[in-house]
Amino acid sequence: MPLLELENVTARYGPVQALHGVSLTVDEGQIAAVLGANGAGKTTTLRTISGTVRRDGELRFAGKPLANVGPDGSARLGIAHVPEGRGTFAELTVWENLRLGAYTRRGSAKDDFARVQTYFPWLEERRSQQAGTLSGGEQQMLALARAFMQRPRLLLLDEPSLGLAPLLVTEIFRIVRELNENEGLTVLVVEQNAHIALQLAQSAFVLEVGRVALAGPSAELQEHESVRRSYLGY
Amino acid sequence: MLGLARQKKLTAGPSRLVPVGLAGAAVFLLVGSLVSDIFAQQTVAGLAQGAIFGSLALALVLIYRATEVINFAQGEMAMATTYVCYQLLHWGVSYWLAFFLTLAFGFVFGLVTYGVFIRPVQHRSVIAIVIVTLGLFILIDGVVAWIWGADIKFMESPFGNKVYRSGGVAVSAQDIGVFAVSIISMVALWALFQFTKVGLAMRAAALRPAAASLVGVRVNRMLAIGWGLAAMLGAVAGLMAEPTQFVLQPTLMQPILLLAFAAAVLGGLESPIGAVIGGLLIGVFLNLVGQYVGFATSELRLPIAFAVLLLVLLVRPTGLFGRKQVRRV
Repeated sequence: MPLLELENVTARYGPVQALHGVSLTVDEGQIAAVLGANGAGKTTTLRTISGTVRRDGELRFAGKPLANVGPDGSARLGIAHVPEGRGTFAELTVWENLRLGAYTRRGSAKDDFARVQTYFPWLEERRSQQAGTLSGGEQQMLALARAFMQRPRLLLLDEPSLGLAPLLVTEIFRIVRELNENEGLTVLVVEQNAHIALQLAQSAFVLEVGRVALAGPSAELQEHESVRRSYLGY
Repeated sequence: MLGLARQKKLTAGPSRLVPVGLAGAAVFLLVGSLVSDIFAQQTVAGLAQGAIFGSLALALVLIYRATEVINFAQGEMAMATTYVCYQLLHWGVSYWLAFFLTLAFGFVFGLVTYGVFIRPVQHRSVIAIVIVTLGLFILIDGVVAWIWGADIKFMESPFGNKVYRSGGVAVSAQDIGVFAVSIISMVALWALFQFTKVGLAMRAAALRPAAASLVGVRVNRMLAIGWGLAAMLGAVAGLMAEPTQFVLQPTLMQPILLLAFAAAVLGGLESPIGAVIGGLLIGVFLNLVGQYVGFATSELRLPIAFAVLLLVLLVRPTGLFGRKQVRRV
């Protein structure tokens, strides 16, 4: 059953139309990737789902329409959006960032923290450190950990590899895969690096100027002539 | 990496000079108080007044951090809530019950002010919001004068007029009470922000509204609560200012608002602790200047305070606890 369905979704920033009608579905328990060149509308697609941009068209999450749901409402429904540039609170401590992740949850954040710690063991000793003093890779992991504190059904990840060393990128994608396999977390990831994204995801969508140009299982797209030439470079 | 060039905000912490200077000031006040009884008396009285300036300054800082404007109506809101307390006392409510009812009224007053007047213009320019707060200043002034009249009113003092003496130093129960109530209110507010979930959400909403909404924080609701808490703290300032001025009139908070501005700017405008310390410094400074500087008549105290503030800002434009923002591209 599809967890997320977008049908002919459009979005604009002032006079500039960013999405010209995007349709895609993501099944529960899946990792799906959104690929495309700069300005193709990858980030905007994620933003239509979390309600951080004004959009038209049909959006359904677990069968429920998202049309009138803003960012805080989508968080309550179980959508965790890790935006590009991570959206960590640099001025707050690691622990405060994690507590904010659990904001929509009732009761103590302690149990959630114990669960998060199994994936990010280093967080414990850094809990009172200011998030802004973490390295770029650590901040990206903190953003992931915070999103996971939300116990979301759907994780929206925007360019997690941006500005990180290759080794860290591998580490982050390994954790995302673990979260998907062990916790059944559905992931929609936007990624410039098509190579690594197609390895991680079971299916992918290729955006071109605000539309889905190609869609299918990752293995098929990897073999696809134009994907290879445009995004994989061989 | 052209496409990846990003802006990074770096903040430089307060310099070493500030803690050293503050420690020096504390030592100066302590030694002075031990040497001279009058000095000690003026210092205590100054701390009591300074705590009032600090409370109102803290209210201004709370609003500034959340909404990025100075709420020029903060003092008048405090004055209006003080009138509410006056009315409750007039109806025969006991003082401390009236005190807490007034705080509750202040909270609701702040919420409503935000919802009705500020929220509609929130995403306009800063000037638009500032003009709205100036309008509120005039509106509240007019409404209070219309309901209660512009003549002088009297309220009972919650602390009585007892004076405690130890050696040659006489300290009034009122000064102690005003200081204690103000400081307790500010500490309670700090604890709320530091240790509770809603406090954390309010800080997140003020720091990064977009990111806060993504974790499920209802940002506008948090800003409204922030306005409520600021108005509540303002109510404490008003209620504590009334007995130090002995009378209640619509102009009650106007000189205090000016000094609270000074305290907030001295503290760095974004720093809650800076606002409180700024308030205390200004309170003590004004009292000592009034006592020891011959030409500093009560009319001259305000100009002298602002002249000193100007000097401080020339040396440290970001105030005592302000952070200099360095942008790295």
